[in-house]
Amino acid sequence: MGKEPYLETNVTIRMVDITKRFAEVVANKNINLEIRSGEILALLGENGSGKTTLMNMLSGIYMQDSGSIYVKGEHVTIRDPRDAFDLHIGMIHQHFKLVEVLTAAENIVLGLNETRLVDLKNVREQVAKICDRYGFVVEPDKKVYDMSVSEKQTLEIVKVLYRGADILILDEPTAVLTPQETDKLFVVMRNMKADGKSIVIITHKLHEVMEISDRVAVLRKGEYIGDVPTSETDPQKLTDMMVGRAVTLNIDRPEPVDPKESLVVKNLTVKDINGVTKLDNVSFTAYTGEILGIAGISGCGQKELLEAVAGLHKLEKGSSIMFYPRGDRDQGEDLAGQTPIDIKHKGVHLAFVPEDRLGMGLVGNMNIPDNLMLKCYDQGRSPFTNRKKPREQAIQIIRDLEVVTPGLRTPVRRLSGGNVQKILVGREIASDPYLLMTAYAVRGLDINTSYTIYRLLNDQKKKGTAVIYVGEDLDVLLELCDRILVLCSGRVSGIVDGKTARKEEVGLLMTSFKEETA
Amino acid sequence: MTQFISLFQASIVFGTVILFGAVGEILTEKSGNLNLGVPGIMYLGSIASLIGVFYYERYVENPIPIVCILIALVCAVIASMLGGLLFSFMTITLRCNQNVMGLAFNIFAGGFANFYGGSLNKLAGGVGQINVLATSAAFRTKIPNYRSLGPIGELFFSYGFLVYLAIFLAFAVSWFLNRTSVGLNLRSVGENPATADAAGINVTKYKYLSTCVGAAISGLGGLYYVMDYMKGTWDSDGSIEGLGWLAVALVIFASWKAPRAIWGSYLFGMLSWAYFYIPGLTRSSQEIFKMLPYIVTVLVLIFVAYQHKPDNQPPNALGLPYFREER
Amino acid sequence: MKKHDHKEPLFRISKSGYVPLQKAWAIRMVALLLALIVSALIIFSIVKLNPIKVYGTMFQGAFGTNKRMWVTIRDTMMLLCIGLGLAPAFKMRFWNIGAEGQVLVGGIASAACMIYLRDKVSSTAVLPIMFVCSMLAGAVWGFIPGFFKAKYGTNETLFTLMMNYIAIQLTSYFVALWENPYGSNTVGVINSRSKFGWFPPIFGQMYVLNVIIVLVLVVTIYVYLNYSKQGFEIAVVGDSENTARYCGIDVKRVIIRTMVISGAICGIAGFLAVAGAGHTISVSTAGGRGFTTIIVAWMAKFNSFVMVLFSALLVFLEKGAMEIASRYQLSDYVSSMVTGIILFFILGSEFFINFKVTLRKRFSKEVSQ
Repeated sequence: MGKEPYLETNVTIRMVDITKRFAEVVANKNINLEIRSGEILALLGENGSGKTTLMNMLSGIYMQDSGSIYVKGEHVTIRDPRDAFDLHIGMIHQHFKLVEVLTAAENIVLGLNETRLVDLKNVREQVAKICDRYGFVVEPDKKVYDMSVSEKQTLEIVKVLYRGADILILDEPTAVLTPQETDKLFVVMRNMKADGKSIVIITHKLHEVMEISDRVAVLRKGEYIGDVPTSETDPQKLTDMMVGRAVTLNIDRPEPVDPKESLVVKNLTVKDINGVTKLDNVSFTAYTGEILGIAGISGCGQKELLEAVAGLHKLEKGSSIMFYPRGDRDQGEDLAGQTPIDIKHKGVHLAFVPEDRLGMGLVGNMNIPDNLMLKCYDQGRSPFTNRKKPREQAIQIIRDLEVVTPGLRTPVRRLSGGNVQKILVGREIASDPYLLMTAYAVRGLDINTSYTIYRLLNDQKKKGTAVIYVGEDLDVLLELCDRILVLCSGRVSGIVDGKTARKEEVGLLMTSFKEETA
Repeated sequence: MTQFISLFQASIVFGTVILFGAVGEILTEKSGNLNLGVPGIMYLGSIASLIGVFYYERYVENPIPIVCILIALVCAVIASMLGGLLFSFMTITLRCNQNVMGLAFNIFAGGFANFYGGSLNKLAGGVGQINVLATSAAFRTKIPNYRSLGPIGELFFSYGFLVYLAIFLAFAVSWFLNRTSVGLNLRSVGENPATADAAGINVTKYKYLSTCVGAAISGLGGLYYVMDYMKGTWDSDGSIEGLGWLAVALVIFASWKAPRAIWGSYLFGMLSWAYFYIPGLTRSSQEIFKMLPYIVTVLVLIFVAYQHKPDNQPPNALGLPYFREER
Repeated sequence: MKKHDHKEPLFRISKSGYVPLQKAWAIRMVALLLALIVSALIIFSIVKLNPIKVYGTMFQGAFGTNKRMWVTIRDTMMLLCIGLGLAPAFKMRFWNIGAEGQVLVGGIASAACMIYLRDKVSSTAVLPIMFVCSMLAGAVWGFIPGFFKAKYGTNETLFTLMMNYIAIQLTSYFVALWENPYGSNTVGVINSRSKFGWFPPIFGQMYVLNVIIVLVLVVTIYVYLNYSKQGFEIAVVGDSENTARYCGIDVKRVIIRTMVISGAICGIAGFLAVAGAGHTISVSTAGGRGFTTIIVAWMAKFNSFVMVLFSALLVFLEKGAMEIASRYQLSDYVSSMVTGIILFFILGSEFFINFKVTLRKRFSKEVSQ
């Protein structure tokens, strides 16, 4: 058929045969990608499919091992972010690249005008201009550490525009936003497109692709699968491209059997070391044999809630956490004011899969058996550790959960995210818990591993364990959980029934309180 | 009163050595590089300047003071910058652990300086000690007629120009860090190198430059030590090493703010010499008194940690190597 | 239009993945070899001695006579002992720069026993007493920074460093107090006649007891760090305090306990230095070894057996360089210089294990479209 001549001239960036390796892992394999001017291109793929790596080569963070990049027909070598600016490419990274102790204006001029004194007046004027043009709000003199997530993201976009970017790459921009903030972002993106800018949005959320993009390019396991105009496709087709075969999006949800009160939290209040209230009078009950979901935009107290129950936070007066193993009212135990050590010694069967797998749940430099030993190493009177049991357990977990590892002795930090999570969840479940708490258990995992995790959670539920599931994907929460508790700014804004609640309802609850931080 | 004046003067002389060291180290640490090799850098600065002027004084009949000063300054700055360069190469390019490299550097530089110091002593006439009289005198030239101002003159104007240079540098470094674009970039490198990198700042270049320039400033402390504090002689008793470590401690005492290091350094000086002015101490109990600056530093360390104020905290990425493609 | 087709940088650095142990050690050996060549060249440039002869002379300096060999062994044991003391702290990522001070206070305790218990206990009973006292003194010196680190999170690097200087002043105080003969400003050899509190010779050798004590420690520390529950706790705390708290380890207790152990073993090193080697106490009893051993422990990755090798290497270099210095009337400090250079090479070699350097392979010749 041949390419339309119009499209040829319209190509802003061509990436040809790009390959990038990280040690043993091939992150991108012979990828060919075009970005056209004045379009919004969605770069779709599961976590770990190489989307961010590919874009990082445009923004100068990484350099390709082989392959070429052409910008407006000219062959370019992008050695560092400065080269990328010169080519008018700007990237908004998922983890914001902002210096917390500096102000917005200072962050914007960072790296520019190396010969001058800091001239913030001029910056303010230019920032105001950019804001007017696209409909942003930025306070130039606010310190970054005082900003909300969405303010930080706006600042990142303004920073990139200030540097004259024509091609903007946004890496998972909506992951940290509320539905309402997402809508606002999309308006801005459309404004920028109308202004002739090319925009690449990296995402794995199908409805966003459908809503905002003109064209979709799909990556799978580091390889380029193809691209289609958004108007000619639908979510099912895109899913097929993304995962390679049709998957049913249905998650199993067995009916809770004989639910009994297992964890009764009352007036739980937690402050961080700076005295900022992270949890404010939170009360709820978790039942045996049910999965209680917890929803909320990130940083609304989910993390603190689980950690408080696990004994990792100092609680304010009046907080009470009553725990009834298997719903047995006679064996009630107040967990408030107990440390993890107390909880362990009391034999409370509490399992906790924390958000930060290698920073809290596991020890990256230790091998699998040692990591399995973490929670039970001190059993027995001998002053020496017993590595026999953990070894057997490791072999079993590797077999049952299909963990891919070069061997038992490999440090877990060398394993992929999904395998790390399997080990962590496997260990927690092996302790035969009465209460299982998971924070973002499927973050960064491929679909298959995610389903393995859902299955494991459901198995626990059927055994009568009280399961608490903190998640970020509302679709999953609505399909997996029996009830969903919504947190907003550290307070409970509602508890809804997972079977009947609508997504918009939960989204509204997530933002129902105004931010009260100073 | 005369007692107080002489304590005050001794404190300023003592303080100036560590003030140079600390100001240089603040500049270095602001880039996220923790150079525990400050004692070694000061060793290098001192021995290089001593070697330079030793040969000049030896081969010239009547040494010209200004030439002496220039030779000493150039030698000290070049040697300490080379030291900084070595440290930078090892920690920034080869990404060695900064603490370990700093200690290894001290072993090397201490050996280097004392080796050549010993050789110089021998060259200077065997038994006797090396003494670069002309240069030392030039460095200790005071403001003319300072005595006419009475005690004020004695207290504030009775020093060689390096004392004022140290104060000037402290303010200059502070101004540079807080008012200039380059200073802003440098701070961002120390706070969050990945961010700085993504903003187009050449992290490697900034770290190299700030470590080398910081080393040059610290090296001036060595120069001042040998020319003023030691009055142009060499002693391999390691006292400069102790001063170098105090300079590192002073950085924390001043919570990474150069102007605060000025009075901090003089306070350290006062505490160090206090034993000399307290009557009735035996020789052994004097030694106990000499602990004061160290004990005070320890107390400050505890206090700063206890207080935990955000603006007194070290640069966020201090001591960590940076590799762009880290995943 | 500005040209954007820059040349690719000459070198590209990337993280290397799994490196086999043999390869890692091969790289370290190459670095060591290079270091030895460079040091020989430096010595050659100073004394014009043929590099091969340099090492011949150094070997003589270290092992030339029976006595020299035993001194080399004794000093190796001393270095090793401090390294063993540091290993638990460093494995916990606690930067204990304070070994110097911990050794000194241990030495002071030993010397005090030798002086004050002279006529009060038998000469066989005094050694265990000295051992315990030195250990306790070192433990106290380790406890103080450990306690404040655990309690308030004080910066341990500088705290332990300051503790060194406090210990040095304390030593000066006791030196002035115990001065002998008067006016010498030294303590002199303590009990030089009665040899009270000296290590007894075993099999006719003076330093066998040093070797026994340290080798027992080598095995003990190895087992403690790798197989005991406390050693496991140390490893967890060192890797991530959050993980430690999460799995119910009392982080504060582990920090304090480990620093007490670390200080105690360094205190034993002070005991060896006074009772088993110098029979005196001075501010140079530790002699900078507290700093050198940090590098030994670090390079050996806290493995006690590897530490034996590194300690022996450093002491060999020191003794060898001192021999060269004395033969050519140079200052002893040449040995620190050489040691420093060798450390640079070994430290630098880690880069080539952890990273892969690739030269630019293609010189972008593609023509613009």
